[in-house]
Amino acid sequence: MSILVNKNTRLLVQGITGRDGGFHTKKMIEYGTNVVGGVSPGKKGQLVHGVPVFNTVSDAVKATGANTSIIFVPAAFAADAVLEASEAGVELVIAISEGVPTLDMVKISPYLQKRGTKLIGANCPGLISPEEAMVGILPGGIFKKGNIGLMSRSGTLTYEMVYQLSTNGLGQSTCVGIGGDPVAGLYYQELLQMFEEDPETEAIVLIGEIGGDAEERAAQYIREKITKPVVSFIAGQTAPPGKRMGHAGAIISSGTGTAAEKILAFENAGVQVARQPAEIPELLKKLLKY
Amino acid sequence: MKIHEYQAKEILARYGIPVTKEILCYTVEEVQAAALQLGFPAVVKAQVLTGGRGKAGGVKLVRSVEEAATAGEKILGMDIKGYTVEKVLVAQGVNFVSEIYAGITIDRNTKSAVFMVSREGGVEIEEVAQSNPDAILKFTVDPDLGVAPFVARKIAYALFEDAKLVSQATDLFKKLYKVFVETDASLVEINPLVITADGNLLALDGKMNFDDNALFRQPAILALNEPSEDEKKEIDAKDKGLSYIRLDGSIGCMVNGAGLAMATMDMIKLYGGEPANFLDIGGSSNPQKVIDAMNLILSDKNVRVVMINIFGGITRCDDVAKGLIAALEQIKITIPIVIRLSGTNSKEGLEILKKANLPIVETMSEAAEKAIRLCEDFLL
Repeated sequence: MSILVNKNTRLLVQGITGRDGGFHTKKMIEYGTNVVGGVSPGKKGQLVHGVPVFNTVSDAVKATGANTSIIFVPAAFAADAVLEASEAGVELVIAISEGVPTLDMVKISPYLQKRGTKLIGANCPGLISPEEAMVGILPGGIFKKGNIGLMSRSGTLTYEMVYQLSTNGLGQSTCVGIGGDPVAGLYYQELLQMFEEDPETEAIVLIGEIGGDAEERAAQYIREKITKPVVSFIAGQTAPPGKRMGHAGAIISSGTGTAAEKILAFENAGVQVARQPAEIPELLKKLLKY
Repeated sequence: MKIHEYQAKEILARYGIPVTKEILCYTVEEVQAAALQLGFPAVVKAQVLTGGRGKAGGVKLVRSVEEAATAGEKILGMDIKGYTVEKVLVAQGVNFVSEIYAGITIDRNTKSAVFMVSREGGVEIEEVAQSNPDAILKFTVDPDLGVAPFVARKIAYALFEDAKLVSQATDLFKKLYKVFVETDASLVEINPLVITADGNLLALDGKMNFDDNALFRQPAILALNEPSEDEKKEIDAKDKGLSYIRLDGSIGCMVNGAGLAMATMDMIKLYGGEPANFLDIGGSSNPQKVIDAMNLILSDKNVRVVMINIFGGITRCDDVAKGLIAALEQIKITIPIVIRLSGTNSKEGLEILKKANLPIVETMSEAAEKAIRLCEDFLL
């Protein structure tokens, strides 16, 4: 088992004829993901790395039975692409596009809710269930199959963490990059619940960063609902206030969203917080008594 | 992106929200003339892109031309949190009976805009949030409904009983939401929104921040951007595909990925050093990017050592190593560097760097410790 993506994932790539879309389609196929189709208006009938291209998501879904879609279209059109996937009945949408206007995400969120569409991102690296499916721009080679569920707001920091887990013999059930934007799809709370219910996941790693109060809310949720061990790392302990550190989400404003507050919230919820990424494997091994 | 108070109020006024009569001034003479024209008392307010100007002495009430001149002299050229005051707003003094707060921002948790009002206006809303959170009333705005007339009325009734004020507030709140949505703002705030002595609503101050991701479709807003020297460097970096923020320390950092870059800064601090910058070079092995990044780091004269921390994901470490070597051959560096390379094909990458006699370490903590040691050696 795993969460969200697995051997049954039938993936569409929206924006497959673009440079990034094409490149990562190849990588996902190489990893073993079942990429069933691509969408690019006006490019119907083309093949990209052997994958048939359709004009609309709705045509693609009808022809291929796709249940998941990944979006590589430019930021200005990303929200529309998410809606198109949702309307066509795709259950899980992963938006990789970076720089999507916040109000676009606000506008589409009630429709997604109404349709029951799960969204990850935008501005995220995607997700992977090792040896089953990789849906995103993740470096597949560093992941190992196992029992650790991981969620993170950051990309390379996740890879760093996963690398340390894998080289220490701690494989992963699913790793999810939720993205760094202020308004995003699935968040810690939903993913914590999925990992809690996933029989394969034994422990959870939550990588947070400064800005907002998502980590504080996650801490409360863990205290109330999560029985599996959770360990965490928070990036940005030394970030200056008011500055945007690459992610729009990573801003400390007016004394809220600081790393210190988040660490305190986690510790109060019984979550062990690593001072540096290298400590995570040790913390997990102790908790899991490996 | 931030804009000045006078610019925010110009936008609010364009949407029909009543704001104080005011004149923007660049010189003491202009301040005197403006105060004379508006009448006394008047208020002279520093226009800087940072908060806390009141506490810094950047806002003065003046009752005569002489006082206006003194205030102008004092405030123009003043330094507020590193920003030099180059212009002031002279505003007509207003008699008011009560101060309200009204603001709209994005709530990540409900994934919608949130309308906030409080009867305790006139002070920093963050302070109210700390001292008396119940005094702030929050209304989640359904994106499909927006601030419909009944929504605006509901918010107005939460603040007022007087029919005239409710009617004015209903109208004003609808317009405030319109401004927020149509300009892709991330924050719009009127604090204080006052009830004048004659019983009307008037915006004495205005603040607007905008969503950087939406600036591509807001050319009129983008035209108002006034980047500071440090911000210009940041924008310049962005054009080259780099994300750079200057800090005060002495250890220059070059990292791929924002989260890892923050974690690298944290690591330096954890071991007792001070990072000189946040720098995310993104994911590629392109030597030109490394050259640009190195030049940017070295343009900060406080930098004593450069720590490079790269995680090879999709871009394999051996390619990153080749890129680093190509870049380092092209620029002359007189200060020590420490390189930490990890991830896909890291063995091959480290081998390449070793052959080129570049100083490599295995882990992030080693890299931080070594960088700090080199930095201390430099100071000895």
